[in-house]
Amino acid sequence: MGNVDFAAAKGKYTAIVIGSSAGGIEALKSILMRIPEAYPLSIFVVQHLGARSPQTLVQFFSSICRAPVKEIEDKDFIKPGVIYFAPVGYHALVEGDFSFSLSVEEPVNYARPSIDVLMETVAEAYKEKAVGIILTGANHDGALGLKMIHDYGGMTVVQDPETAAFPAMPEAAIGEHQPTCILNLLEIGNVLESWS
Amino acid sequence: MALIHESDLEVKLLLEAIYEKYNYDFRNYALSSVKRRLASAMNHFSLLTLSRLQERVLHDPTFFHSLLQFLTVPTSEMFRDPAFFLALKEHIFPVLKTYPSIKLWIAGCSTGEEVYSYAILLKEAGLYDRTTIYATDINPVSLAKAEQGIFAADRLKDFSRNYQEAGGVGSLSDYLTSGYNSVLVDKELRKNVVFADHSLATDSVFSEMQLISCRNVLIYFNKELQNRAFGLFYDSLSRGGFLGLGSKESLKFSDYSEHFDELYRNEKIYQRKR
Repeated sequence: MGNVDFAAAKGKYTAIVIGSSAGGIEALKSILMRIPEAYPLSIFVVQHLGARSPQTLVQFFSSICRAPVKEIEDKDFIKPGVIYFAPVGYHALVEGDFSFSLSVEEPVNYARPSIDVLMETVAEAYKEKAVGIILTGANHDGALGLKMIHDYGGMTVVQDPETAAFPAMPEAAIGEHQPTCILNLLEIGNVLESWS
Repeated sequence: MALIHESDLEVKLLLEAIYEKYNYDFRNYALSSVKRRLASAMNHFSLLTLSRLQERVLHDPTFFHSLLQFLTVPTSEMFRDPAFFLALKEHIFPVLKTYPSIKLWIAGCSTGEEVYSYAILLKEAGLYDRTTIYATDINPVSLAKAEQGIFAADRLKDFSRNYQEAGGVGSLSDYLTSGYNSVLVDKELRKNVVFADHSLATDSVFSEMQLISCRNVLIYFNKELQNRAFGLFYDSLSRGGFLGLGSKESLKFSDYSEHFDELYRNEKIYQRKR
């Protein structure tokens, strides 16, 4: 698991941003169900989707998560303990005043919402208080964004490619920088839960 | 493409300089996406620092004109979010039909896709002849393209599908003539459209409207500028006039949520209170 002392990290971080693509729903399930009510950190998720409506995604996770689940809304202020999903077809960004903004600029890494876009703005806004997590996926979105979180002093986690349904995205992330740790889903859930 | 690491202060100073020199006001645009677009421009012009960009901007108006193409987001499609247009057609047009004349303002018309979407639906509802459409934008290049009414032929398939879902009664190609690689909107549909330069950041009310459409423009503004825009819309609309926003936009976080009734929440259609 590496020699990172996760218990000591409690209270150090304020926001978690998770990026996942192919195979992501299952991976997210195992992690997000571990988040309790009144969780002190904010959680942002970009799950690349096909044609499935985002409301179904929010509805689905709402029904199985203890923490509140919402879709990212333009100009909404970020609250701790809420799991926010990026909407389909829009890039989600975090502003310096810790509110969200949306954009319909071109896809980045063929994706909109793009994990890179959200992670880059999270890195800028939260700096060393940010945690970035890359899970299963078939493209490279998020590799640069995760590196930026690292560059700004935040913690970076990549799902162990050997445990990922689609290893390409975790591998691309590891290719860009050495993350703080490479963990399987159970371990990622353990870490997140330890910060309750 | 790496985000610029320049401080927010430097970006704000640049935007202030642009405003002073060119009177384009990006000072209250949502900062994160402005930064991304500046980074994109720097990348395109191979400028390594924001100060280099600023130097060129201040001394070279032609360069500013190019930069403007990066600062505005021209993504648009015909009948975008068809459910919106369907709701308009089914619920709002019958009300508009009771007015002797209709003024529609499309604020942030970009390259015109939305303008012609309205023109077509109004025509099919028998409302076009009594309607004047004001199509405004801050980008003169977009306005020029919108005025031409030419779109790439390979977009027709998506546009057609949207048109059908929006409740179009005929076939989209009925309104277009085909060119080599492009389609041209019928002149008939451009007859009642006035294209004009207008900035939601700096300009004021210019006429009374029965319907205002401002979709996927406000997301690029910060809260303060969104409030200014909503204020303009409120002041421009006749009592009981309608406002249509983009699918992820709302009045919810603005100062104007109590000034409008939310008629169709999912389709983002609002009515100015009387």
